[in-house]
Amino acid sequence: MSTPAAQSHPVRVRTLPRGTLALAAFVALLAAAPLVLPEFHVTLLDYIGLYALVALGLVLLTGVAGLTSFGQAAFVGIGAYTSAWLTTVSPLPSWLAWTGGSPWVGLALGLALTLVVAWMLGALTLRLSGHYLPLGTIAWGISLYFLFGNLDVLGGHTGLTGIPSLEAFGFAIRDARDFHYLIWAVLLGAIWLTRNLLDSREGRAIRALKGGAIMAESMGIDTARSKIVAFLIAALFAALSGWMYAHMQRFVNPTPFGLGFGIEYLFMAVIGGASHVWGAVLGAGVVTILKQWLQDLLPALLGQTGNFEVIVFGVLMVLVLQRAPEGLWPIVARVFASRERSAAREVPRAEPLPRRTLPARGTTLLEVRGVTKRYGGLLANHRIDLDVRAGEVLALIGPNGAGKSTLFDCLSGVIAPTEGEVRFLGQRIDAMRARRIARLGMSRTFQHVRLLPTMSVLENVALGAHLRGARGVVAASLHAERAEERRLLAEAARQIERVGLGERMFETAGSLALGQQRLVEIARALASDPCLLLLDEPAAGLRYLEKQALAELLDRLRADGMGVLLVEHDMEFVMGLADRVVVMEFGEKIAEGLPEQVQNDPAVLEAYLGGID
Amino acid sequence: MNLQIALLLSQDGITNGAIYALLALALVLLFAVTRVIFIPQGEFVSMGALTLASFQAGRTPGTLWLLMGAGVAVAIVDGIVAWRRAREGGPHARVASIVGWNLAYPALAALVLFSIDPARLALPLQVALALALIVPLGPMIYRLAFQPIAHASVLVLLIVAVAVHLALVGLGLLFFGAEGTRTPAFSDARFELGPIGINGQTLWVIGASIALIAALYAFFERTLYGKALRATAINRAGARLMGISTVLAGRLSFALAALIGALSGVLVAPITTIYYDTGFLFGLKGFVAAIVGGLASYPLAAVGALFVGMLESFSSFWASAYKEVIVFTVIIPVLLWRSLTTRATGDDE
Repeated sequence: MSTPAAQSHPVRVRTLPRGTLALAAFVALLAAAPLVLPEFHVTLLDYIGLYALVALGLVLLTGVAGLTSFGQAAFVGIGAYTSAWLTTVSPLPSWLAWTGGSPWVGLALGLALTLVVAWMLGALTLRLSGHYLPLGTIAWGISLYFLFGNLDVLGGHTGLTGIPSLEAFGFAIRDARDFHYLIWAVLLGAIWLTRNLLDSREGRAIRALKGGAIMAESMGIDTARSKIVAFLIAALFAALSGWMYAHMQRFVNPTPFGLGFGIEYLFMAVIGGASHVWGAVLGAGVVTILKQWLQDLLPALLGQTGNFEVIVFGVLMVLVLQRAPEGLWPIVARVFASRERSAAREVPRAEPLPRRTLPARGTTLLEVRGVTKRYGGLLANHRIDLDVRAGEVLALIGPNGAGKSTLFDCLSGVIAPTEGEVRFLGQRIDAMRARRIARLGMSRTFQHVRLLPTMSVLENVALGAHLRGARGVVAASLHAERAEERRLLAEAARQIERVGLGERMFETAGSLALGQQRLVEIARALASDPCLLLLDEPAAGLRYLEKQALAELLDRLRADGMGVLLVEHDMEFVMGLADRVVVMEFGEKIAEGLPEQVQNDPAVLEAYLGGID
Repeated sequence: MNLQIALLLSQDGITNGAIYALLALALVLLFAVTRVIFIPQGEFVSMGALTLASFQAGRTPGTLWLLMGAGVAVAIVDGIVAWRRAREGGPHARVASIVGWNLAYPALAALVLFSIDPARLALPLQVALALALIVPLGPMIYRLAFQPIAHASVLVLLIVAVAVHLALVGLGLLFFGAEGTRTPAFSDARFELGPIGINGQTLWVIGASIALIAALYAFFERTLYGKALRATAINRAGARLMGISTVLAGRLSFALAALIGALSGVLVAPITTIYYDTGFLFGLKGFVAAIVGGLASYPLAAVGALFVGMLESFSSFWASAYKEVIVFTVIIPVLLWRSLTTRATGDDE
């Protein structure tokens, strides 16, 4: 686990004026480069741009979403070969006559083909645990490489030649200098889109994949979809890079699309800094230049010809992952970032989101009948019955290991009960996934806090409001959903203020004390506008005054008509707040009733204090 | 295709399948004990085979320099750790063990190699010498690459494994050049079994594989170290609380993996021409097999290995140019099957 301080997230860099200056200078240098640099260096910059585009996809996939692929070079190959084939095949098959062999149609077809292949691979591997995707991409990278090399239509190992250059709006894009502008414009555009996406509702869902999948599902996020989205975007960037490569090189052969290059792309992302969009550019630059230099140096040094630079890259990669797992970008970024990074930021304000109509007070929200959860021979829950009604606080108490948290997981769909029935608002939910239950209006907190420590408190809470937004990935990438986003963030801010953490809104969630993190969890649950709230030990770690404030908040929620199911060990807190109490021991319900009844129940006294001999 | 060809192809398939089975076992073992998806497993195959070939050609194998270099690196890393610990008043490390394994042993190996002429040794002694050079590389690689980040995510460990693979392939090219080699068969015997002839080497491969699997089984079932590895595989934290060192478990499993890999290389070298990068494809086919077993089941992995061997052998007959495409594309239906039979997972780590 790296320290939170080492992870300045791309979304934050944007607010730094010195960063903006550096970006402007960078773009100016890029624009001037073809005018002053010799052809050789311009070509090198072109390649860096092409590689950076692929590495950018891997930043999204690896650094942000916590997945990885060694097969990106194969997607580059699909992009390159599709257009190469379409623009050189003669005669054009009749069903493609309408395309006229246009490179632009080649681009569209290449992207479409990439989408289909990537979607298939993703659908197959992303449901399995994380390491199957990289293994699948290794195998697929190898087989596609051999396929390129053996298909006669694609020219076998010699490849395809005579690919036309590009033309757009009457401008010919022909030599390295022309391509320089195209490639870097596309790359900067892709960086802009990626950063927009990361700073949005859909982006937060992708960022939650790494280490927060269970929480995300409980907030209604379809994590499988978010994974596929990240994988598809990465594949599309790779195919786009391949298309430009083919028309710049004017010929293609299988070599640059093999597994070795797929690995190199990943190295670029990791060495540059896989959690930062600019890390892709830095990594592509460092690896490309280093490779160029080593390819001259090593054979002379060793007196043999061969790709000996891979030895250096391999060792370098191991050292980077051991010593600086965040890559080189954070080191560079420190130069540009100003010291006072958390300058007073505006609390987002916008018109409130529409709210769900709460059921009438006294309506039964949750009916639990005979719920049993068995782990092998262990009975974690045995035939539990309980009801929660709108406008009441039901407390679930019991000694450690009584099965309270297991019951919570069964009710909220994190795990499925072995037997029994759970109804929420009259609907059977015991076979439902967490994310569908969340959609119905149940929200929860976790006993072991599940926050994303490097994201701000505001962003963490905004995850709770995920289901209250609807704009998709495309709108988010273009920042065409700002109105909705402002309302989501404003809602998150309101809930943060409600739990009394208004001051800490822009700090990273990991920097808060444990008690405060529990409050953030409550704010996140409230941001989903639930009618039933499941709170797992919300008062643990809170100080006396904070506990009082929490009790007042829950009291107000109850008055508004919300149902609250509460697991808590602090008896003073529970007895002062709860309308009714259910007591569990060894997975069984041993008592239920008003607080004072339960306090005098002999079975409860025995469970807590031991039997009187 | 007639029966004779089918039998001949099956013989090839089973032979290669036996090698893939060994590699798949090593991969499952490493993943279970250390969570490392060890992409470079195949490099032990190449290095084992090419080291043996170097002996037979009267050359000093470059793997000797690798062993000495890796030994020095481990001695430095372990030395620094020991020095820091001693300075903080902690327990003294066993200097003799650090120097002995990492400096003295490689030096002794060099002394032996330079004082005798390995080309004139009997084959079993050559094999033993090759193993003596390759097997210690396993724990050394673990020490240098994986032990410092033993608690990182599976994903990070996998990326490191790929990096180690690259470095080892590059070193293989440096040490052995781009030329391929084939070593003489262990035995020239041929047996006629009805319509087909069976090569002695085929029997060697299959027999040795079965013997090795049986030995591993005995090791895991009967010995204390074997049980310690199994305990670590089942529950790392629990095993640690019982006094089983995860570091020891890691080094031991890497030593076993290196042994299995190098032995596979020695066995397969008379059947296939081995280049510096041949092992990688061997290792990956072992992976396809291991994935059949979900990276967890040894018997399923072995069945998967035989399947991969047969598929490869028959597709080389039907569509030889697409042999690799077919073998690696088979992972897709395998993944589909696993995806349909496995419950969706939540947080990986």
